[in-house]
Amino acid sequence: MNQPAATAPPFPTLNFKRLDTLWLQVTGTLCNLACLHCFISCGPKNDSHAFMTLEQVRDALATANKQGVKEYYYTGGEPFMHPEIKTMIEETLAQGPLTILTNGILIDEEMAAWLAETFRTSRYNFDLRVSLDGTTKQENDAIRGRGTFEQILSAVDRLVAAGLNPVITVTTCHAELDGEEGRQRFIDLLRERGLSQPRLKFLAPFKIGREERRHGGEGAYRPSERLYVEDVPDPDTDHLQCDSCRMVTAKGVWPCPILIEVPEARMGDTLEDANHAIKLDHPACYTCHVEGVSCKT
Amino acid sequence: MERIAVFGGVYNNHLSLKALVQDAEARGATEFYCLGDMGGFGPSPDLVFPYLRDDPRMFVMQGNYDHSIGNRLEDCACGYTDPRDNHFAQISYDYTAANTSDHHKDWLRDLPTEFRRTWGGKRVLCAHGSPRKVNEFMWNSTCPDNFLEWMLEANSADVLFVTHTGIPWMRELPGGELVVNVGAIGRPANNGRTSVDYAMVCFDEESAHFEVELVELPYEHEQLAAEMREEGLPEEFVETILTGWWTTCLEIMPAKERAEGPY
Repeated sequence: MNQPAATAPPFPTLNFKRLDTLWLQVTGTLCNLACLHCFISCGPKNDSHAFMTLEQVRDALATANKQGVKEYYYTGGEPFMHPEIKTMIEETLAQGPLTILTNGILIDEEMAAWLAETFRTSRYNFDLRVSLDGTTKQENDAIRGRGTFEQILSAVDRLVAAGLNPVITVTTCHAELDGEEGRQRFIDLLRERGLSQPRLKFLAPFKIGREERRHGGEGAYRPSERLYVEDVPDPDTDHLQCDSCRMVTAKGVWPCPILIEVPEARMGDTLEDANHAIKLDHPACYTCHVEGVSCKT
Repeated sequence: MERIAVFGGVYNNHLSLKALVQDAEARGATEFYCLGDMGGFGPSPDLVFPYLRDDPRMFVMQGNYDHSIGNRLEDCACGYTDPRDNHFAQISYDYTAANTSDHHKDWLRDLPTEFRRTWGGKRVLCAHGSPRKVNEFMWNSTCPDNFLEWMLEANSADVLFVTHTGIPWMRELPGGELVVNVGAIGRPANNGRTSVDYAMVCFDEESAHFEVELVELPYEHEQLAAEMREEGLPEEFVETILTGWWTTCLEIMPAKERAEGPY
C-alpha cells in the first residue's frame, strides 16, 4: 500500500558526494536487548546480519583510509557483544575519530576504565553514545525492556566515574520528550546522577522494523509519507546524511544505518561498489527528509 | 623574508584586533588576512571595522556569522540544539545585529569567501570553516590525516588556513602539506589562559622557505571585560574573557577538546 500510484512522479535521486562517514554494523542485528522501537528488529536471536569478522572490519577500514574518510561509527546490535571490540577500536582510532552507539549495559568497570584510557591516549576523538528512552523507569522500560532504565544509568555512572562523558541518545517515541522541555528533563536527570556536562542527541523514530509492528504492522507509514522528485528536486542537496555516508555489515554495503534490513537497498559487496547516487525510494527516507534526521552525533 | 599574519574569529573584540595589528607589525608582518566571523560575543560591534576596512594591508573574508549579519538573517546559523547554547548564541547574535551599522552589514554581505595565494612557492588556500563548507568545523581531534590530504588535493592546495572552531592547531601531513587552524582572536581557546591566538606565516620566494608559527597574543582583556559589562552582555561571556575557559556554546566541541576544560 506504500507503492506510489502509476501516475506518481519518480523518486528523487541523491548524488554521492564522497565518503565522509563510515558506519560499521560490527555486531550485525544481534543485541542483548530487543527494544520495541528498533528500526532493524535487533535482538538476541536476530542473526540476519552476523557479527563482522575482524578481517571484514580491517578491509573496510583500509578502503576507507584510501578514500580519506573523516569519521567512523560502530553500531549494531550491541557493539560491546563483539569479542574483538577492543582490537577494532584501537585499529579504527589509529586512522580517525570513532563514535560507538551502545546501550552501555555490557560495559563493566574494567571496560569503562579501558575506554577512558583509550579516550585519553588516542590521537583522534573517541565518543560513546548511550541510548536511553525516557527520564523515568516507566517511560524507558516500556520501550527498552524491564529493568533497563537502571541498568543503562548504572552504565552511565561507570563511564562517568572512569572519566568519560557519553552522549545520551534519545529516540522520541514519547512525543512529550521532543522539544525543549523534554531536553531539560534529561539534563536535570543526568545532572542529578552527577554528570556535570550533559550531552544529548535526539532522534525521531523510524516506523520500520520492530517499530513498525509497534504501530500496528505493515503500512505504519501512510502512502503520502514518501518522497518524490518535487520534494527533493536537487540531487546535490546537502541535508541528507546518505550523500556522504555508507554502512558496511557482514553482508555488504548499504546507503545508511537505517535500511540494512531492506534487501533492495543493498549496494554491493565492497565500499568501492557504493560510490554512486541512490534513489530516495523508501518510506524511511521521508523521515530523514522531514525530521532532518542525521544518525551522526 | 616576508611575514603575513593570518587570523579569524574577531567576535567584536576590538582590543585584541588592535593588539594583533601592533604585535604582527612588530614581528615584521606586512599583510593581514582575516578569515571571518567579525561579530558575536564581545562589545560594540562597530569598533572593529576601522581596523578591518580602512587598512590597505588587510584582506578580509566572510565567515558564517558575517553571512548571517550581512544578509540580515535571524540567527547565526551555528546549528546548536542545546537550549542553553541557543539561548546565549541568540543573545549574542541579537546584540551584534542591533549594534552593527547598515553600511558595515552591507560590507560583510559582499565579502569574498576564500583567498588563494602563492607564498614561498606554496599554493595557499584560506577558508573560513573548510574549503567546501563555511560552517564545517575542523577540530584537531576530528580531522584524520588522510581526510586532510584528500581535502588539500581536491582543492589544489599545499597549505590550508581555516578558523571557525576557535581553537588553534597545526599539522604537517605525511606528504608534506600543512593544515593550520588559526584559532580566534576574539575569545581565548578554552585553555585557562586569557591570551588569544593567531598564525604568523614567514616565507621567502627565492629559497622556498615556508614556516608558520602559532602566536599567543595577550591583550587588554580586563578592559574588554569591563566594556562587556557596561554593554550588559552576559556574565558567562565575561567569565570566559577573564578565565580563558568557555562557558557557553560547548555543544559543538568534540569530547576530546572539551575534556581539556571544566565545563
